[in-house]
Formats: sequence, C-alpha cells, structure tokens
Amino acid sequence: MSDPVITIPSTVAASPGLAAREVTHRYGTVLALASVSVDIASGELLAIVGESGSGKTSLLRCFNRMLEPDAGSVLIDGQSVRDADAVTLRRQIGYVPQNGGLLPHWTALRNVALVPRLIHHVDPEQAARDALDRCGLSAATFGARFPHELSGGQRQRVALARALAASQKVLLLDESFSALDAISRDELHEMFTELRASVGFTGILVTHDLAEAARLATRIAVMRAGKIEQCGSLAALRASPATDYVAQLVSRAEASAHSLVTG
Amino acid sequence: MVTALFIFGATPVVMCAQASQSARRPVVVASKPFGESYLLAEMFAQLLERSGRPVQRRVGLGATEVAFSAIRTGAIDVYPEYVGTGLVAILGDSVTAAMRDDPRAAFSAVAARSLARFGVRWLPPLGFQNGYAIAVRRETADKHQLRTLSDLAASPARLIGGFTSDFIGRGDGWPGLRESYGITLSDVRPLAPAVKYAAVASRAVDVIDGYATDGLLAKYDLVTLEDDRHFFPPYDAAALVSAKLVADDPAAVVVLTEISGRLSESRMREWNRRIEIDGQPIAVVAREALAIVGLGDRALVSAANASPRAPRDGFWRFMVDRRAETLRLVGEHLKLVLLALTAAIAFAVPLGLWLVNRRRLADGVLQVLGVVQTIPGLALLAFMIPWLGIGTLPAFVALFSYALLPIARATIAGLRNADPDAAAAAQAMGATARQVLLWVRLPLAAPIVLSGIRTAAVLTIGTATLAAFIGGGGLGEPIVTGLGLADMRLVLSGAIPAAVLAVTVDALLALAERMLAPAHRREG
Repeated sequence: MSDPVITIPSTVAASPGLAAREVTHRYGTVLALASVSVDIASGELLAIVGESGSGKTSLLRCFNRMLEPDAGSVLIDGQSVRDADAVTLRRQIGYVPQNGGLLPHWTALRNVALVPRLIHHVDPEQAARDALDRCGLSAATFGARFPHELSGGQRQRVALARALAASQKVLLLDESFSALDAISRDELHEMFTELRASVGFTGILVTHDLAEAARLATRIAVMRAGKIEQCGSLAALRASPATDYVAQLVSRAEASAHSLVTG
Repeated sequence: MVTALFIFGATPVVMCAQASQSARRPVVVASKPFGESYLLAEMFAQLLERSGRPVQRRVGLGATEVAFSAIRTGAIDVYPEYVGTGLVAILGDSVTAAMRDDPRAAFSAVAARSLARFGVRWLPPLGFQNGYAIAVRRETADKHQLRTLSDLAASPARLIGGFTSDFIGRGDGWPGLRESYGITLSDVRPLAPAVKYAAVASRAVDVIDGYATDGLLAKYDLVTLEDDRHFFPPYDAAALVSAKLVADDPAAVVVLTEISGRLSESRMREWNRRIEIDGQPIAVVAREALAIVGLGDRALVSAANASPRAPRDGFWRFMVDRRAETLRLVGEHLKLVLLALTAAIAFAVPLGLWLVNRRRLADGVLQVLGVVQTIPGLALLAFMIPWLGIGTLPAFVALFSYALLPIARATIAGLRNADPDAAAAAQAMGATARQVLLWVRLPLAAPIVLSGIRTAAVLTIGTATLAAFIGGGGLGEPIVTGLGLADMRLVLSGAIPAAVLAVTVDALLALAERMLAPAHRREG
C-alpha cells in the first residue's frame, strides 16, 4: 500500500521527461511491441507515425498504464510508472482519444471538470471554464451543451480541455485530430500549437498522418511491426532514411502534398 | 366451542388439550378446481371451524398431481378425492374385477395402499359416487340410438370427442375406455372443463366426459351413456388426510369423519346445480348443506328449502359487488409480483454486471435462464411442490426464476452497448472502476436495463395468475375458480384486473424509463 507516488511538479518549467526502455508486449502470439526504447525530453512533443497494427497506440497506452507491457520499463521523470498507483498516475496525465471519448450524458463543462473533480480541486467548474477558454471555446456558450450538440472540432476542443483542466504536464494524444474535416483539423492544429507554447507539457501524438506529425511534433518516430524504425526530425528522415519503409513513407507523403499543390 | 364440547363430550380433557394445541396452526383445507371439489372442501372447512380450529383455504389446486403431492408432503391437510382416481391416477394400480363390482373392496385397497406407500389416510367415504359420465346431446343419442357405451362403440356414426386433458391422459380415462369398448371417434380434442359443456351444446364436439353429479349435465340436456361393462372403477368420494394432520391434531380427523356417509348423489347433484348453474356462493351452499345433513345450524334447513333461485346478476353489477374482493386480490397479486420482481432485480442486475466481461460464462448462464423460461408456468409450479409445498413461496420462486432472464439479458446488453469509448476515456483519465460503473456505464445502460425490467414486470403480472393453481392466491383465484365452475363472469373478474394491472404497470415503467434516460436523450 505504500507505493511511492510520482508527483509531477506543476510549475511551468518542469514538464517531466518520458522514456521507454526495451518495452515488449504480446497479444497472444502477436508481437505488438518488440523491445521498444525511446526518450522524450521535457517539454518535447514526439509523434509516433505508423500504419494500424504497427504498435503505436500500444506504446502510448503503456505511459498511463492502460497497457501493462510484458517486459521492459516505462519511465516518467526517471521513475518507473509501475511504482505508481495507476489511478493516481492517470489523473496526472491528459488523454485525448480519436473521437474525444466524451461522456455523452454529461455537459461539456461537466466533462472538462472530470479530473479536477477526481482530484478534489477547490473549484472544478472554474478550472473547467478556464480550460475551455484556453481551448478556444467560451464556457458561457458551450459549457451547457451536450457532446451531440457540438461539431466534431468543438468536441475535440472539449476533449483537449478535459485533458489539461487539472494542469496535467503529460499529454497523450491518440489520433486526436484524425477524424476531422480538413478545415477543422487545420484550426485545431493552430490552436494546439499555441496551447503548447503557452501551457507547456511533454506529449506523445500518435498519428498515421506524416504531415500532421511534421507540423505539430518536434521529432517523429516511425513504427512498423512493433519496432521503431527511425526517430528524428522530418528533415533527418528525408535526408537519411534508415529503412526502405521510412524512405517510402516520406516520399509518398511528399508526393501527395505535391500533387495537391500542382493539381 | 359448544359444538366441540358436544362432539367430544366424553373426553373433555383431551379435547381441550387438542384445541389449544391446534390453535397454533391452522388446518389447511384444499380442493381441486371444479365445483363439487370446492363445495366439499368448504364443508370440511366449516366443519373444522365449528370445532374451534382456524382454517386456511387453499382451493382450486391445479390437478390431481398437484393436490396429491401437496397432501403427501404435508403442504395441505385435507382435500376431497375419489376412490377410482386414487386407484388409477395416484397409485397407478390396475383395477381388479372384484374392485369394479364392490366399491367397499376398492376403498379398502386404495386406503391400505395409500397409507402404506405415502402415509396418506382416506377417511370413510362420504356416501356418494361421482364417476365419469360419458355424455352426448339428446339429439345425438336419439339419432344414433345410443344408450350405453357399447352402443357408442358399435355405432357407425363419426363423432368428435371433447375431453378434459386430465381424462385424455389417464389410464382410467380415454385410453383405457377406448381399448376396453373398442370405441372409435373421428377426432378427440382436449378441452378445458369450463368450455366442454358449451362446446358440446354448440355442436363443436359430440361426446364429452362429465361427472355423474355435475349440475351442468341437466342444464344442457345431455344423455349419459351407461358404462355397461363396468369399465370405470367406483368413484366414491372421501376426505384424504395428510399424515401431518393425523400426527398434529388427531381430534381434527375425528371432526372430519363426522360427515362420512351423510351425503348422497341426489343431494350432491342439487347442490352442484345451485353452485354451477344458479351461481350461488359456495360458502352459503356449504353451510346449508351441512345443516341439511345434521351437522350445522338447524335454522338454516328451512331457510335453504325456502330460498328461491336468485337470478344471476349482470356482469357489471357482479363486478361492482365484488369490488372489495377484487381490490384484496389486486393487493395480493401486486405483493407477490413486487416481491418476486424486486428479488429478481436485486439478483439479476448484479449478475449481469458480473457477467458482462465474462462472455463465455454469460452465454452459458443466459442459456440456462432461457431454458427455465421455456418451462410452462404450471409445470414449473408443480415441480416446486415437493421442495417448497404450496402457497406463495413456490409461486414466488417460480415468478422470480421467470423474471431473471429478461433483466439479466438487458443488463448485459445495456452495459455492452454503453459507449465503450466514453468508459475507456474516463478510466484513462483516472476514474476508478467503481466511478466508471456508477458515472458512465450504469447511467448509459439504464434505459435498456429498465426496458428489461418492464418486460419482466408485465410477464410476472401475467404469470402470477397461475399461482392460484398451487394456492398462491392473487387474481388467478377467480380465474381458476371460474374455469372450474364454468362461470365466465368469475374468470373475467380476475382476468380484466390482471390485464389492467399489466397495462398500468407497463405505462408507469415507460414513464420511469423516460425519466431515467441519460440527460442527452431526454426530451423537453
């Protein structure tokens, strides 16, 4: 019962660094994570890019202990997440799934106030209103609406506000912008970039879209069949791809962007 | 008390000891669901009450099997039965020629064997026989010149039989009769006792099984075909007494034997007619009958002879007159339904919660509950008697078992469909398993769970009417009695409130379903 609890300092400067060390996991006979190691510096946003089944979501889920890997360790600020109480740990880590994962029977404001309420914040509603404002939604206008009364883009803003309402310093984004139309996605990208600059957090963004990864993240990890094939900036991936798959991924993404430009 | 002193005047000390002992436990008097059985049971009950004993009436028990297993296990203390039924249907013995010819030999045989095998005691016969009477319309008898069952066997006429399912299934019923005489009918249809007279009168069937003392044989002007080969064994009526009563209160058994030998076929036919055709209350006829045979208030004798036949009231008048009784039955019915439903919810909802993530086990459990559901109501009730006796307890257990499937299935379906993404997100953000359940999964599953409860409630209200067949009370009571007495007013006085109750409860739960809907689904 005396598990040491990792307390992530809430001062702006101190977003913790994250790390995975030789993390391995199998679902039955399928190898989802094959001895994956990666370091994410304090304040950095790492994008994990890969096709479905590559293991990118499994790796993400190891950080909030939604998945307990068979072997290896996951570290936050140098401490293993295994030593922390899972529920306490999760309350300190923001999480934004693809479709928002909002509780459909709760208003936007109540959804955002979830974690402040869980940690017995003095004023969960005020924390929720502030978070909604930071994510570009007026609490007065949108706070009382139910998720089904919001657009897709607005729902993801609410989900993002919920992930940050308790001043979480670690953010896990699982295809958070993937299901949106191009205009909403672009607006969300802009808002997210500003948010990252003003709030400051260490994050992991799982996406299948290399362009999105390049736009939002500091570094890109390319995953395939449970392994990280290469990790670096888009420029580094383009200049010296480690494998054929990385080379192909980069060239195809640029070709489609080019064809869009030239029509 | 005065009557008791009169009967046991010779041994007042013993009598007082018995009376004080029996005061602790009421004597349970039962009957099968037809007029004469009701009347005899009521006479037994009044006789016991006169001796100062409390009596509990459990009348209209489903069939011979239900009543007999109830008396064997001591769930009831006394009910009227017939020697022939005892021989063939209960003991399963073949009837010897000696028994056919001598009712006393038949009685000795059935009494000795019942006591040896089941500890159940036959009191001396009441004094009349009520054997099967195979009857046809007078015009049919005239047209085909039918007087005896041998005539029926020899006749080339193509006739249709309409028999009670009891008669069709029993060795001393249709199978034996057909074989013994070589009778061929073009078709045999199973009919409820309540409708067979109407069916033969309206020419839907031609031949029915009645009882010798039925009042309805005369009403419909039917001709009874003589059993010229003595196929049917003697059907002397007698009180059947449980071993438990003999042990607990032997003096009560003595009280019951007072009526032995005092009844006759002509008297029974008259009293049955008053109940079945004139629709007079059973309690009134029983009181007058006891007075006539010298076991009751003598003042009633002259009153009984003088009382004119009361015309039958119209249906609405009848319903209005019965309103207090109906209200009492609705209360009894609701109590049984609410108890069974509450217990089923308390059991099936947690069961569903526990099963929701154990898919294979859930499938197995739902299959078992599904099998329970397919057991016919009356059969399930009859299965319970050896363990739980009769009355409200087995009825409660049966209704509880029926209600489990819809509630458990709805709980599982509701939780599985309750927005898995929302639940996963709440968990990933640090809600505990309990918080996820109470804040997310249950509120989202509530409408489906409630619709399962609604299904169970309507089902339970309907099925609870069957409880009356095993003495469980409720709105089934007038339905069972009415079917036994061929009294449609009585049947409707139970069926209509039961239907109204089902519709009302369904509407109330529909309202609750709307109110309990998750916030985002609520209208207005």
